[in-house]
Amino acid sequence: MARFRIGRHLRSRIHLVWMVVSLMIILLLPFILGIGLYVKSILLLEEKSLWELLFSSDWRPLSGNFGFLSFAISSLWVTALSLLIAGPICLLTAIHLTHYAKKWVLQIMHPVIDILAGIPSVIFGVWGILVIVPFISRYVAPIFGIETSGYTILTGSIVLAVMIIPFILNIMIDVFKMIPDELKEASLSLGASKWQTIKLVVIRKAFPGIISAFGLGISRAFGETIAVLMVVGNVAKIPTGVFQAGYPLPALIANNYGEMLSIPMYDSALMLAALILFCVVLIFNFLSRILIMRSEKITN
Amino acid sequence: MRKHKYIEEKFFRVLMFFSTTLIVMVLLLIIFSILYKGLPSLSWEMISQTPKGGFYFGKEGGVLNAIIGSLYLSIGATLLAFVIGLPVALFMNVYLVKFKKTVNTIRFFLDLLWGIPSIVYGAFGFTIMIYLGLKTSLLAGIITVTLFIIPIMVRAMDEVLKTVPFGLLETSLSLGSTRSETAYKVFLKQASPGLVTAVLLSFGRAIGDAASVLFTTGYTDHIPTSLTQPTATLPLSIFFQLSSPIEEVQNRAFASAVILTVIILIISILARLYSRKYQKHKINF
Repeated sequence: MARFRIGRHLRSRIHLVWMVVSLMIILLLPFILGIGLYVKSILLLEEKSLWELLFSSDWRPLSGNFGFLSFAISSLWVTALSLLIAGPICLLTAIHLTHYAKKWVLQIMHPVIDILAGIPSVIFGVWGILVIVPFISRYVAPIFGIETSGYTILTGSIVLAVMIIPFILNIMIDVFKMIPDELKEASLSLGASKWQTIKLVVIRKAFPGIISAFGLGISRAFGETIAVLMVVGNVAKIPTGVFQAGYPLPALIANNYGEMLSIPMYDSALMLAALILFCVVLIFNFLSRILIMRSEKITN
Repeated sequence: MRKHKYIEEKFFRVLMFFSTTLIVMVLLLIIFSILYKGLPSLSWEMISQTPKGGFYFGKEGGVLNAIIGSLYLSIGATLLAFVIGLPVALFMNVYLVKFKKTVNTIRFFLDLLWGIPSIVYGAFGFTIMIYLGLKTSLLAGIITVTLFIIPIMVRAMDEVLKTVPFGLLETSLSLGSTRSETAYKVFLKQASPGLVTAVLLSFGRAIGDAASVLFTTGYTDHIPTSLTQPTATLPLSIFFQLSSPIEEVQNRAFASAVILTVIILIISILARLYSRKYQKHKINF
């Protein structure tokens, strides 16, 4: 009996140690990630300042010129445009689902959102090539009198918008659900219509939450790789319109990884690109999460 | 003025209805366009054979290497993530349950990690691989994907364990069991269907991600027989076949896309069934 007891407590001890070790692994992970990428990019940063690299569009790896500007601008275009498409759709749908829709609509929409969120990015890419690319080159571009292959910034943004919709929508539904009923009732009892209540009370109250849902959407869109890579055209030039090909940062990393191994500086440049991606995403995530937590505290 | 307010509401209600329908339509469009384009090229040969000579010029063979490779990779990564992830989720909800601030900080941290793009994990995994002197291999892929899915798995498990009532913890402790016994015998059992959902979710992420394995697993026409061999994965096989100029190869990419989509749909449905089961067995104190 005594031995059994020791065994039990020893086992508990071992479990506890493993739990703490695992937790440490997870908590250290982002730091190791950041440091690892930084160490690799030092080589390039010693030669040129970050500022120089970010504001030069001269990308000729073989002669040692690594200007990230055209990639950064492509990333900004694609991200901003996809948010512009996905944002209003998510906002409208979230209001519809939380305030107007019947219960069965929600019951359909939950699996729809889940499945959409679970579809692998390569499948979105295939869909983009099958549907969006011909759609853009055959129907949309001719309206503006432009001839294009269909592999454009706009195509990438549409595909990306569909990918971030389930993500933004999920957060937004939660945000709207958290608005206290008393608030709406007070507004309704003062004679406001349902829409006025939503417009002037609910949206205003949910505003920080909405912004942070957008922020998380941005960080998602910024790092998305394969799907965008497949449809965006990948031409290393500063894009000046939505019907031009772009070359976002993640696509740059993915496309060149195989060939850069022989040139240490090239390797370093791509690692720096990954580090930039990492930092931008972390900052957006951080700010959005803080905003969400703040607004949760206020409503509670 | 009065009328105006209702017209505006009507207008936005139509818009709202339209955008909700749009989302459903887009999902249906994605699934149907993949099936429409891929099903004609899908054959038993595609699923049951590895690429033969000349496969990439449209000759016979299939993508069995990629299917098996993807399964090896995701099962390996999910298991590894489970071994690290489950204890952390239990630790947060059984040991740290009184330290609300600490738990919330950990959650915040995990949410941050959750958002890091998989390509960053891929680049990092590649660096580690070079540093350790490994070659592109199944093992390197498993490690990278594990890092990528751990935050997802822990956070999903945590959401489930959060709903296990505090009373259950108190009861178990007052009957003399240790905290780790409470964790592994009571919490685990109570939350198991929900935990299965979390595991399936992570598995789906692992099998569908391409960017993190692009540099770490390599690509081969053979089914790997050890952890140190390079491995083909389904997303990458779709990606590579699609970039070929030959039409038959492209059609095979669409057929492979059907295979991947079907796998993902099955996982989604299973996850949903288990989460429903969990809802049913939930206790309310």
